[in-house]
Amino acid sequence: MASPSATADVVAPRSSGSDNYLTHDKGVLSWIFTLDHKRIGVMYLCSVLTAFALGGFFALLVRTELLTPGHTIMDHDTYNQMFTLHGAIMVFLVIIPGIPAALGNIIMPLQLGAKDVAFPRMNLASYHLWIVGALFMLSSLAINAVDTGWTFYTPYSTTTSTAVVPAAFGAFILGFSSIFTGLNFIVTMHKMRPPGMNWFRLPLFCWALYSTALIQVLATPVIGITLLMMIIERTVHIGIFDPTLGGDPVLFQHFFWFYSHPAVYIMIVPAFGVIGEIIPVFSRKRIFGYKFIAISSLAIAFLGFLVWGHHMFVSGQSVLAGTIFSAITFLIAIPTAIKVFNWITTMYKGVIHLDTPMLYALAFLWVFTIGGLTGVFLAVMSVDVHLHDTYFVVAHFHYVMMGGAITAFMGGLHYWWPKFTGKMYPEKAGRIGATLVFLGLNVTFFPQFILGSRGMPRRYYNYLPEFQPLHVLSTLGAYTLGLGFLLTAFYLFKSLKNGKTAPANPWGGATLEWQCSSPPPYYNFHKAPVISAGPYDGYENLMYDEAIGGYIPRKSPSST
Amino acid sequence: MSESTSESATTAPKHGGHGAAAHAPAHGAHDAHGHGGPHLAHHFDTYQQQFDAGKLGIWLFLLTEVLFFSGLFCAYTVYRGMHPEVFVYAHYFLNTAMGAINTCVLLISSLTAAWAVRNAQLAQRKLLVLNITITILCACTFMVVKFFEYEHKFHDGLLPGPAFHPTEQVWELETFKHKHPEAAEYAEKLTKAAEAKDKAKAGPKLAADASGAAETMVFERPTEEQLEPLIKAGVIGPAAEDQTRPSRPRNAHVFFSIYFFMTGLHGIHVLGGIGVFIWLLLRANKGEFGPKYFGPIDYAALYWHLVDLIWIYLFPLLYLIH
Repeated sequence: MASPSATADVVAPRSSGSDNYLTHDKGVLSWIFTLDHKRIGVMYLCSVLTAFALGGFFALLVRTELLTPGHTIMDHDTYNQMFTLHGAIMVFLVIIPGIPAALGNIIMPLQLGAKDVAFPRMNLASYHLWIVGALFMLSSLAINAVDTGWTFYTPYSTTTSTAVVPAAFGAFILGFSSIFTGLNFIVTMHKMRPPGMNWFRLPLFCWALYSTALIQVLATPVIGITLLMMIIERTVHIGIFDPTLGGDPVLFQHFFWFYSHPAVYIMIVPAFGVIGEIIPVFSRKRIFGYKFIAISSLAIAFLGFLVWGHHMFVSGQSVLAGTIFSAITFLIAIPTAIKVFNWITTMYKGVIHLDTPMLYALAFLWVFTIGGLTGVFLAVMSVDVHLHDTYFVVAHFHYVMMGGAITAFMGGLHYWWPKFTGKMYPEKAGRIGATLVFLGLNVTFFPQFILGSRGMPRRYYNYLPEFQPLHVLSTLGAYTLGLGFLLTAFYLFKSLKNGKTAPANPWGGATLEWQCSSPPPYYNFHKAPVISAGPYDGYENLMYDEAIGGYIPRKSPSST
Repeated sequence: MSESTSESATTAPKHGGHGAAAHAPAHGAHDAHGHGGPHLAHHFDTYQQQFDAGKLGIWLFLLTEVLFFSGLFCAYTVYRGMHPEVFVYAHYFLNTAMGAINTCVLLISSLTAAWAVRNAQLAQRKLLVLNITITILCACTFMVVKFFEYEHKFHDGLLPGPAFHPTEQVWELETFKHKHPEAAEYAEKLTKAAEAKDKAKAGPKLAADASGAAETMVFERPTEEQLEPLIKAGVIGPAAEDQTRPSRPRNAHVFFSIYFFMTGLHGIHVLGGIGVFIWLLLRANKGEFGPKYFGPIDYAALYWHLVDLIWIYLFPLLYLIH
């Protein structure tokens, strides 16, 4: 924000060697029990990335198994466990907390100009609950790994002999972790904004996190009670979901998707927020249609609650209900398209810099558009009857979750890496990594659209020989993805030691987080910033300084 | 948010008083330490901001609580829609008097909780301590009554799932007999007739004296008062477990699943409330609360009202079924 009143602090950004949030306190305990939102965010980030590596490892095992029909490296029961663990870890441990709890925790209060989130202790509790939930979920792995798929559908989940209870209880606890983050963020954005920061001066990342937080608070309790009921059904046989005791297993599906469809937007809406930050900065152009992008996040959050039935077109739901769910699902394409069109228009006539974050953002636009539009196919009831539970669905949601959420997460990670670590990563390696991820992603998942439309069912261990070439191609893509992420992990780690010192504003961003030093001071802002302009105004007031390798405010002509 | 409604309920007379002094300093004073007072967290600028954040936070939390319970209310609705007879059958087993006592106890505790907020705002330390104590005592009373209800259910085999082995038939219950004396009598007759038939099958000798009596009973045309309550409760008719004699509806145990799940979860919330109020009692005793800083009392009271409200819904839904 090159607003004149705020630049006063920025003109002399303190060197990163002095007191900052990383060096303010020392020792492991000062991290584990910190109340600082940046440290909690960094801990979340490390944990989420660890879980990502684990989930990715399971994904590679699954893809390797699918190289040949029948037995390749594991038996069918193990295969069921592997894809369940992959799904459960990626959904509950990686994508849901990935952008909001990790990146959002670090960046959102900075962007807002606040000293911390509204409830720092609750923030820490959220992280501790995440750890407890993750341990429960992984303990299932040690006992007898759960094999129900990440959806825990009854009656299988209440009858299988695998360790469903620890996994489901883990997801229950992770739900509270997610609620705590969401509740905290809503209150923070309502009550912690400094003077001048009105709603339409909030960066789009904050808008996206706000919409996400609403979903987290409103949807997550329902999965909590559902999993609790399922656990008690399994242990005490209360007969709410078990048809042999008079229960209704479809009721579980309704409850499950009442949360889990909105949860899809918990995963993707923050990604929209990241993209909304990266594109204007790397196009050196004010964002186009700010209000439309901001409000469309809320629209998606709202509509997301009304479409859960599109997961249940073939579960015996009435045709009328199916039609209504189908129609509302189409509606979601509108706010989503508004976002994509506005991002593209932002780039139009901009000065586009193809740095790593921008490469990820561009990859996002491609991949997410494919993922989103194939979602419209699946929303058509007659088409869905054919495609339901095939690889087409697998490809669709991987294009959205992996191609959308994870790509944006990687983009955001690179974009804010210099801010919260104080180090620059090697740009060239970053670009190679982004390209590998983009290629790997498409090679992995595009063949799955073809497989699915030809009738390859999802979650199957065995398949007809004619599907093998496409499965092999998909597996090769998965290895490429793995390579891309390994490379990325390698250079990011290395940059922590050998990376160049990051300037306060390496990309020329105008939002508030680029005004404090990199890494930020312990209390974020020594003086509450006064905001007098929007978050994407004033790129022209910034100029590149070769000496520090970043952007500094241009001296106003009147003073020279 | 519906902040204004609670405000008018709990803090109306002192509105504005709590933060007036703290409101004055400008927001800009963002220096890290040594501002405000002992209870103002470092990242807030004023007591007013801290209070507002807490209030919004507790309202959101209550919203999540409502949604948490909503799954159970939904399961209740679905199951009652599918099997109304189970609910009619099972409600005769519940003790309405105990439920009503608990409702009154909770209502009183809600009043004292709301009063405590006012005491905190007016710095009436003794009254504050007294009102919190009454709230805790009421909550404990609720749990004790609940304990006796549960104990009774355990004793009578009214448990969810495979543990469901009711020791009494529904028409033998006082609650049933009182409401539908003819139906109770009729069910009794039918049972005897069925037993007689069993004996007839077992041995022809015994049958000779029993069969005559049984037949005369069965062939009397039953009145509506005799039949209606039994069919509605699934004792006889298509929903009944046993078609040869008066029994109970199939899967009657699910009512007790829902009953124990809902009241159990509610009970856990009551226990949580007791814990919170004990903590507040200790703090109130030290005189920590006053016109500037009374947020925790306010938030706890709001939570307590919700716990009360959920019970207000549970009571008619479980105890007063017709």
